[in-house]
Amino acid sequence: MMAQLRKLRSEPWIWSFVAAIGVWLVTITYTGGQGAGEILTAALSFATFSIIVGLGQMMVITTGPGNVDLSIPATITLSGVVAMKVMDTNSDLLLLGIAAALGVSFMVGVFNYALIRLLRIPPIIATLSASFLVLSTAIYLGHGIRIKPPVPLDNFATSRILGIPLAAMLVLVLSIVLAVVIKRTIYGRAVVAIGQNPRAAWLAGFNVDQTRFITYVLSALLSGVCGILLSGFSGGAALNMGEEFLLASIAVVVIGGTSVAGGRASVPGIWGAALFMYLLVTMLNTFGASAGVRLIMTGLIIITVIILAAEKNQAR
Amino acid sequence: MSKSLLRSLLPFMSLAIVLGATFYVQPRTMSYFGLNLMLQYAVPIALATIAQMFIITVNDLDLSIGPFVGLVGCISATLLYTNPLLGILALLLCIAAYAAMGALIHRRNLPAIVVTLGLSFVWLGIAVLILPSPGGKAPEWLKAIMSVQLPYIPFPIVAAVVIGIAVHLALMLSSYGVIARGAGGNPKAMERAGWSMLKTKATMYAIAGFFGVLSGLSLLGLTTSADAHVADRYTLYSIAGVILGGGEFIGGRVSPLGAVVGALTLALAGSFLIFLNINPDWQIGAQGAILIIVLALKSLVVFWEQRR
Repeated sequence: MMAQLRKLRSEPWIWSFVAAIGVWLVTITYTGGQGAGEILTAALSFATFSIIVGLGQMMVITTGPGNVDLSIPATITLSGVVAMKVMDTNSDLLLLGIAAALGVSFMVGVFNYALIRLLRIPPIIATLSASFLVLSTAIYLGHGIRIKPPVPLDNFATSRILGIPLAAMLVLVLSIVLAVVIKRTIYGRAVVAIGQNPRAAWLAGFNVDQTRFITYVLSALLSGVCGILLSGFSGGAALNMGEEFLLASIAVVVIGGTSVAGGRASVPGIWGAALFMYLLVTMLNTFGASAGVRLIMTGLIIITVIILAAEKNQAR
Repeated sequence: MSKSLLRSLLPFMSLAIVLGATFYVQPRTMSYFGLNLMLQYAVPIALATIAQMFIITVNDLDLSIGPFVGLVGCISATLLYTNPLLGILALLLCIAAYAAMGALIHRRNLPAIVVTLGLSFVWLGIAVLILPSPGGKAPEWLKAIMSVQLPYIPFPIVAAVVIGIAVHLALMLSSYGVIARGAGGNPKAMERAGWSMLKTKATMYAIAGFFGVLSGLSLLGLTTSADAHVADRYTLYSIAGVILGGGEFIGGRVSPLGAVVGALTLALAGSFLIFLNINPDWQIGAQGAILIIVLALKSLVVFWEQRR
């Protein structure tokens, strides 16, 4: 038992859950136990979206220093716009819409990696420049009125079973699959190996180019999934729907214990961090904090978590 | 012509091409007034780019410079306007906060991207507390400086050249500049040679904070009233400006003159796209395309260099 506890304590992701539970406990103590369940349900609903894009960003960041995907917000928006446009509120076109949205997301991933590999542009600038083009495409396509999502998509994105959102269950399955991929497949091992030392990974026979290509495409596809679900959840696509996920995707990865220097990924950490981020905002709202105070506290807590995480790593 | 010379000239050539294209599309901009109007916002962007460059010199990246510039604007439009002494004190405190940030990142060996990401929330939060909705007033002297009319050459051009040359002299030719760039090239070696990396990083961050303050002041001088979100895009502009100007993310390879030229190119690209009369939907996209083209040219030159 003690040994298990000690092992658990050495996991980098455990702290994001400790923080999330701590914040939740403080909140319900303040409200006298009122709304404890509802707060968790809401947290799961909203965290779902950060988790999806966080998983993609995690894979990208794990491939090593300098790798980051800044095109996530634009891809979310483009995917949402394309999905709503193709579906055009018609449930018969649901699958076609999903296919089209994932199709354009795939293209974004390919374009990103083409810039990085063929033109040798640093990933930060490459995905940033690509995101400008992607956003323009979304603006161009998204003219006119807001198109409502078809009923089945709306239902799927907003319904709950025993207080657990359906979308969260889908993302749980996705997370488990990804965790297995990282631990058990050649691709997953390659991502981690490249993040630790690209040259050693290359000498060991891993296909570095192919692995990085798949990773950028995967991140774009996950942004696409997020865009579709988010449009279903919020009653249609909007041109600013992706904005908040630039910071959120990076923050959940880092708070979740994934190494910023690459080579170490943590799927559970993404969940803990996403829940923590949402519960933190809920707590500050419950306390009646103003927008400014909320922002300051969010920033300071992110920094505190990073300092604590770094201390633990150095101690090991 | 040597290849490395070609490479250092690339930012200037990019600027010349964008400038030439702008003149071609809209000949009336080829005047004192036209240039003044097109380039006035280049001054705050150039200053923010220089701030980012100092951080990139020591291998870090500052994701908080945009909100920081916004915060400086909010402080200057309120505190500096009503109580100059207190305002100056607050701005000095901002610079001190930047130095502390650098020291913290070095001491605890933290990823700069994440710390500055967290701080971007803090800057924005303080700015929103000071100025919940857009407003405030720019001090008169600030407006006067930013709207000064120089003979023959428009003020933004003179300002950009002065900033570029001053920083070039300080960073590229002074002995302290060599140490600072060495900190980015090989921090371990510099440490062994007896230079305190903690001091170097804190100093570089403080200088970045100083230029961030200058950027916020000059932006406020142009807009005359402040808004916490006014400079959110500056984070991305500043990173793109440094890279357009020939800087590298690692190794302490940066170019102050290039960074200023990169910022001018970015500012000018915006005007050029407006004159082109393209569909407004594609404005942002075209800016992305220009970035990609210039960087592709840079890769091409580097490729030649290596093949030789």
